[in-house]
Amino acid sequence: MTLRPRIGVVVGWLPPFVVFALVVGLWEGLVRALHVQQFLLPKPSTIISVFWTQRHVLWPAGWYTFKEALGGFAIGSGAGVVAATVVGRFRTAGQALMPIFIAANAVPIIAFAPIFGAWFNPIQPQSKMAIAAVLCFLPVMVNTLRGLQSARPRQVELMRSYAASELEIWRRVRVPTALPFLFTALKVASVLSMIGAIVGEYFGGAMNALGVTINTDAQIFQFDAAWAGILVASLLGIALYGAVVLAERLIVRWSPEARAS
Amino acid sequence: MSEVTATPAVVRVEGVTKTFPRGYVTALENIELEIAPREFVSLIGPSGCGKSTLLRVIGDLIEPTAGTVRVNGKSARQARRDGDYGIVFQEAVLYDWRSIAKNIALPLEMLGWSRQRRRERVAEMLDLVELTSFADHHPWQLSGGMQQRVAIARALSFEPSLLLMDEPFGALDEMTRERLNLELLSIWEQTGNSVVFVTHSISEAVFLSSRVVVMSPRPGRIAGVVEIDLPHPRTVDTREASRFFELVTEVRELLRMRGEHLLPEEEAVLE
Amino acid sequence: MGLVALVAAALVGFWELYHWVWVSTGWTWPFVVNDTSMPHVWTIYNAFGEPAQVNQPALINVLLHKAAFTAKEAAAGFGLGAVIGFVLAVVLAHVRLLQRGFLPYIVGSQTVPILAIAPMVVLWVNPRLPGSLQGWGAVAVIATYLTFFPVTINTLRGLQSADPRALELMRTYAASRWAVLWKLRVPASLPYLFSALRLAATASVVGAIIGELPTGLQDGLGGAIINFNQYYSIEPQELWATNVIAAALGIAFFVIVVLAEKAFVRRAPEETA
Repeated sequence: MTLRPRIGVVVGWLPPFVVFALVVGLWEGLVRALHVQQFLLPKPSTIISVFWTQRHVLWPAGWYTFKEALGGFAIGSGAGVVAATVVGRFRTAGQALMPIFIAANAVPIIAFAPIFGAWFNPIQPQSKMAIAAVLCFLPVMVNTLRGLQSARPRQVELMRSYAASELEIWRRVRVPTALPFLFTALKVASVLSMIGAIVGEYFGGAMNALGVTINTDAQIFQFDAAWAGILVASLLGIALYGAVVLAERLIVRWSPEARAS
Repeated sequence: MSEVTATPAVVRVEGVTKTFPRGYVTALENIELEIAPREFVSLIGPSGCGKSTLLRVIGDLIEPTAGTVRVNGKSARQARRDGDYGIVFQEAVLYDWRSIAKNIALPLEMLGWSRQRRRERVAEMLDLVELTSFADHHPWQLSGGMQQRVAIARALSFEPSLLLMDEPFGALDEMTRERLNLELLSIWEQTGNSVVFVTHSISEAVFLSSRVVVMSPRPGRIAGVVEIDLPHPRTVDTREASRFFELVTEVRELLRMRGEHLLPEEEAVLE
Repeated sequence: MGLVALVAAALVGFWELYHWVWVSTGWTWPFVVNDTSMPHVWTIYNAFGEPAQVNQPALINVLLHKAAFTAKEAAAGFGLGAVIGFVLAVVLAHVRLLQRGFLPYIVGSQTVPILAIAPMVVLWVNPRLPGSLQGWGAVAVIATYLTFFPVTINTLRGLQSADPRALELMRTYAASRWAVLWKLRVPASLPYLFSALRLAATASVVGAIIGELPTGLQDGLGGAIINFNQYYSIEPQELWATNVIAAALGIAFFVIVVLAEKAFVRRAPEETA
């Protein structure tokens, strides 16, 4: 009986593995067979070898950029939760302003990257952290606010029948209801923060930042190094996303999303 | 009305058994049941007696572990494919994005009817359930009782010879329930199909049916059958006739008797 | 509408207030405030009317032209991304094995910093496009990349959200998979789809702007941003003016989708406390 669940887990991971193997195999094969210009799309084997040989440059660069992303993620998400809590307290204001916030989310923040560079010295990490923070702020705020507003009337009525105070209603009903929404937003924000940091570095950043490294490599046509850098960026983004998913599974065990995974 | 004629049975259930592997539950054991044309048969019993399962077996929504089901002389699967029955659940299951008229037309669209024919039939059905003025409304604008009437109209729209109903009025209040019982009977008189009706309510079963099949749980079996010889058409006065009370008592006794191996606290489940 | 005006007025007021307070007190955190880092609102407003460079039309005209160019890329990306995302979601919804196999990579695809691979995408795509599509076509491809993801994920969730009772009802009609898809799953998924399209609208604009950056296309807003960034210290208001237009473009796309949703989707009002 103990063997069955283990087999279930392995079988669950099988399809992604198969796809991965197939895609990589196909990629390698096609590039070789079609003699695709190496400078555009190198073979996976080349990328992996550069990934390894350049690791003393790439991995610290990745870590530097990751710290920018993480800082922005923390600041932006934290501010988003606080703002949502404040706006959530004033129900009518919250519901009236919601469309405005959602529309504000439609503004391409990335266009402000150079301005942030001008504000916070383009070389310093703060400018990238600012971009990441602003990118994270709105999705987190909008989703958390929606979560706080989505407590079902029946549940709130029940609490009132227990003569619960507003604070208790918050703690026992609204906050737990909002948590799954918060985690959905955090998943999105985790990916956005990394992207924000790297795009921000396009407009200027320290020499040892990952985005700058990728960019310079691309400009001097060292595409295999650029792809290896992209691999690093992607892995870090996935790692952050994975960390959020893990936290979700631990903290929000009852939600359908956590149960599904 | 409850004469069983020599015409072939609409539904013939023979030796049907259903076990669910998970938990090793025997939901149905060796069920034998025949339903004649124009018969109104109720299935009643406590939770777990298999009445809903039996209904679904007849509708080919669940496969029996053993035994056969023939509907209109065909296998249950073929009958489902041919659209031989309509089904009404406890929830109306209407589509929010369609108007009432379009909801009723759904099975007709699936059967490939022309627009003209659909329009005519939908108008007929709306008239049958007396909701003509609500044709262009949407489900959420109607009360629970009205939504169920739409569900019934939809189930009958393609004139099936069999109507399966799984506690259709269970979610409604008693007064609406009684009113809909009367409406259902009047519709049934007009359309003339057979009905298999699953319910928890003894009075509802006796009021509506020509025959009440009492089932007992663990394993799901037919405990007994009560022939209802109340005259048609049945009205509000029928509920106050002494014969009505006798029959209700007969059904209740049957439920209790077969439930003698029930635990005392489960007795409260019965009406 | 009144609320929008109110919010706009509040933003302007907040901006000027912040400017005034920080200048008077000389605070330098989080950043130094002066007329360069935070130009006055009226400076920005005036900049629209003036030409940015000698012998050029007024800035507003130039920016609107560029916005139209970027809008073209974004719209193409939006359309393509929406279609690809929808088809992908339908396929994944029906073939569980494919879903399990591909979903992690679809999620992972978004962690690849699009800006980094943009140059390669452009180099590869451009030669393969007919002449009239070259240049902006490559940017549209990048916009598509950012757009298809939210559409796929949300549409997939919507397609799987059909009420199990409604699915059972479909079984009683012996409905084919195709019929179930078009009569039940797709209509049920429309709210989710439109939620995705709202995100996609924004993503396509962002993708278009980002795509223009490494390609050096002068005709769009991305090019304008790079340009005005270079002489930000002299004429900061022009970069700000560009950003205002970019923001307006993003919001415009978003509003179009919202209006389309209002026209197409009818569903029960939600119940919240």
